[in-house]
Amino acid sequence: MEFISIDNISFSYSDSENSNLVKNAVDNFSLKIKKGEFIALLGHNGCGKSTVAKHLNAMLLPDSGKVYVDGDDTSDEDKTYDIRKKVGLVLQNPDNQLVASIVEEDVAFGPENLGVAPDVIRQRVDEALKTVDMYEYRTHAPYKLSGGQKQRVAIAGILAMQPQCIVLDEPTAMLDPNGRSEVMSTLLKLNKDKNMTVILITHYMEEAVLADRVIVMDEGRILIQGTPEEVFSQVELLKKHRLDVPQATELAYKLRGCGIKTGKIPLNDEDCVKMLEEVLK
Amino acid sequence: MSNILELKNLSYIYGEGTPFEKCAVSNISLEIKKGEFIGIIGHTGSGKSTLVQMLNGLIKPSGGQVIFDGADIWENPKEIRRIRFKVGMVFQYPEYQLFEETVYKDISFGPSNMGKSGAELDQAVKAAALFTGLKEELLYKSPFDLSGGEKRRAAIAGVIAMDPEVLVLDEPTAGLDPMGRDVLLSQIVQYHKERKNTVLLVSHSMEDIARVADRIIVMNNSEAVMYDETKEVFSKGRELEKIGLRVPQITKIMLKLKEKGYDVADGILNVDDALAQIFSLLKKEGKI
Amino acid sequence: MIRDVAFGQFFPGKSIIHRVDPRAKIIMLTAFLIIIFCTFNYLSLLLVTLFTATFIALSGVPVKFYFKSLKVIVFIVLITSVLNMFYGTGDPIWEWGILKITLNGINRAIFITVRIICLILASSCLTFTTSPTDLTDALERLMKPLNKIHFPVHEIAMMMSLALRFVPTLLEETDKITQAQKARGADMESGNIFQRIKSFIPILIPLFVSAFRRAYDLATAMECRCYRGGNGRTRMKIIHMTKTDVISFCILGFIICGVVLCNIFVTAAI
Repeated sequence: MEFISIDNISFSYSDSENSNLVKNAVDNFSLKIKKGEFIALLGHNGCGKSTVAKHLNAMLLPDSGKVYVDGDDTSDEDKTYDIRKKVGLVLQNPDNQLVASIVEEDVAFGPENLGVAPDVIRQRVDEALKTVDMYEYRTHAPYKLSGGQKQRVAIAGILAMQPQCIVLDEPTAMLDPNGRSEVMSTLLKLNKDKNMTVILITHYMEEAVLADRVIVMDEGRILIQGTPEEVFSQVELLKKHRLDVPQATELAYKLRGCGIKTGKIPLNDEDCVKMLEEVLK
Repeated sequence: MSNILELKNLSYIYGEGTPFEKCAVSNISLEIKKGEFIGIIGHTGSGKSTLVQMLNGLIKPSGGQVIFDGADIWENPKEIRRIRFKVGMVFQYPEYQLFEETVYKDISFGPSNMGKSGAELDQAVKAAALFTGLKEELLYKSPFDLSGGEKRRAAIAGVIAMDPEVLVLDEPTAGLDPMGRDVLLSQIVQYHKERKNTVLLVSHSMEDIARVADRIIVMNNSEAVMYDETKEVFSKGRELEKIGLRVPQITKIMLKLKEKGYDVADGILNVDDALAQIFSLLKKEGKI
Repeated sequence: MIRDVAFGQFFPGKSIIHRVDPRAKIIMLTAFLIIIFCTFNYLSLLLVTLFTATFIALSGVPVKFYFKSLKVIVFIVLITSVLNMFYGTGDPIWEWGILKITLNGINRAIFITVRIICLILASSCLTFTTSPTDLTDALERLMKPLNKIHFPVHEIAMMMSLALRFVPTLLEETDKITQAQKARGADMESGNIFQRIKSFIPILIPLFVSAFRRAYDLATAMECRCYRGGNGRTRMKIIHMTKTDVISFCILGFIICGVVLCNIFVTAAI
């Protein structure tokens, strides 16, 4: 059975200044997410990705349609905190989501809100910090950490609530390449070792190719979805919507266009080198 | 061509004389020619930001000189504000500096600080808006009502409007979506072509740098470890990796291919060049 | 720069003063501050000064940071002591028009100066050795009884700790915005007072906008982490009174007794 089920939701933001101007941020959108899946959600700014993310933990409720998390309807007010405990949301700006002046106290914030016993919180905080590899920084002040470290602390803060699913809304947008790879390897580890369901919103194709399933959104709807191979092999469609394609994939695509057989479409440099060796053999 | 900027043994030490003393820029000497497009790469903390802030006198060097158009910019410290109009600086996330009631007024902040007014000011503002692709009707809106991408452009226009001879951009595309990145970068290239002035671009995106830069400064541990043509720098992929930097994916693919014994050129920067290389290999072996 | 202000900073450490329960520290500081103003003769003033010096030494925080915290108030101290000098009673030592200085006035000036300095140093000792979170946490616990009269104790404590958390972030942001506006030719160094105040608008407006944006994000993040006010909330760190706390209360007791005894047996200087 799927862990999250989004059934035909639509959602509009009402413009406070101009009540006539209402935008369909998400338009008749459906999606099923299985436990343990790693999903990458792509699309331009304003395509509705973040709106979908906020529906997953009942931060937003659909105008029409339903969202079910582990069988619970997100519009059921009694379940709101159960749902937020199960589905954690990490935001883009790491500075703005850390609440305490000391790393470990920040990580404790979630379980404290849930009323967990002090010794259990301690245990969860230590474990969460070890998982994201930030344990030795537990007594540091967050503002002295690098972007990647802050974002990992934010992830630990969610992990301490022991969720089953973690949703990340462009967590790497403000990070440098090192920070991005730190966050990515943390997410992959969580997904592989702890069977955590991960939904990653990103603009970076090199991150999306690591997911099990890639979903591309456009104007509140799904444009394409499938395995990274399936999605990125549609170079024409992605280019038409001015989305990036890994250069490895683009090269293979152009070779194909010239009538050269390339076999499986490569998504990273290693596969691409292998493919080129085949071609040149 | 003549040098627009010359750095001579430039150094900067943070917190000099305190226990927290840290060298951010150490003994950099290099020359930048008029009209060049320079890329600056290096990981966070390598000294890039400090270096560029010394170019327009926002930070006073601890040692060495910055020479702009033949004269030391600190020759007369009281006149340092003038240098800021000649070396325009766009910071990271520049949209956070917008403050005026309208976009138009905000863009005119820089040029009016220079003493421009009337038709001259109007022309500077409108030309800058045009370069960054801001529609005219947006000029009379509040900057806070714009979308993220539009705010970014308005802020960049605010620096371009001063018509600086050198434009420094610190990660202008950070946080934008792929389309926004692509469009903004094209506009910067267009601006460089039309005004024929010098542009310095600091970026973490090697693909972007490969696309636009003539030459690249590579910073590591507060030193400029490489300063060469883009092709040359990116053909040293392994050396860059050693200091924690990448090369564009396509460059890396061709580098690996070369290491496997195939006869391909060094420093391939885009997919089309790579394609041409592969075709010539195929032709040589008589496969097509 | 703004960052040089040492008052209100926290220096992590493991000294005996660091280890005292933050609640005990707040209570003791309050009592000590009252005692400081109950010194009426030089012996008790000396006692209070000695104890302040002991606290500073025990805190393990470099003395120069204490001096830095004094720098801010030098002006206030000077003015109050000079004013006090002219308000003494008794026979004048020196007279000029309506201005006269008496022995009592000089004594007053000395007392007020020493008292204010001790007050600032003792308070600095608290903030230097207690993390902001501990401090707000302790305040929340101490003020808990006020909940009964519907005083929003938890909310106020939460606001304080969030404000403290964002001080460094906003300071950094102020620096960045200042540099960005200077790069656009903003002139903050010349002109008369009105021009100078006006020149801060390009910094203040973006700063406010950014603070609101951060507040909005923060609220979302807190909601995502199941925050719903103080009800049903637990804390990871529980603070117990320990032997150190008992000892420190005893020491405070000695000081109080000392000052009281001095006041009884020694004639007042003011």
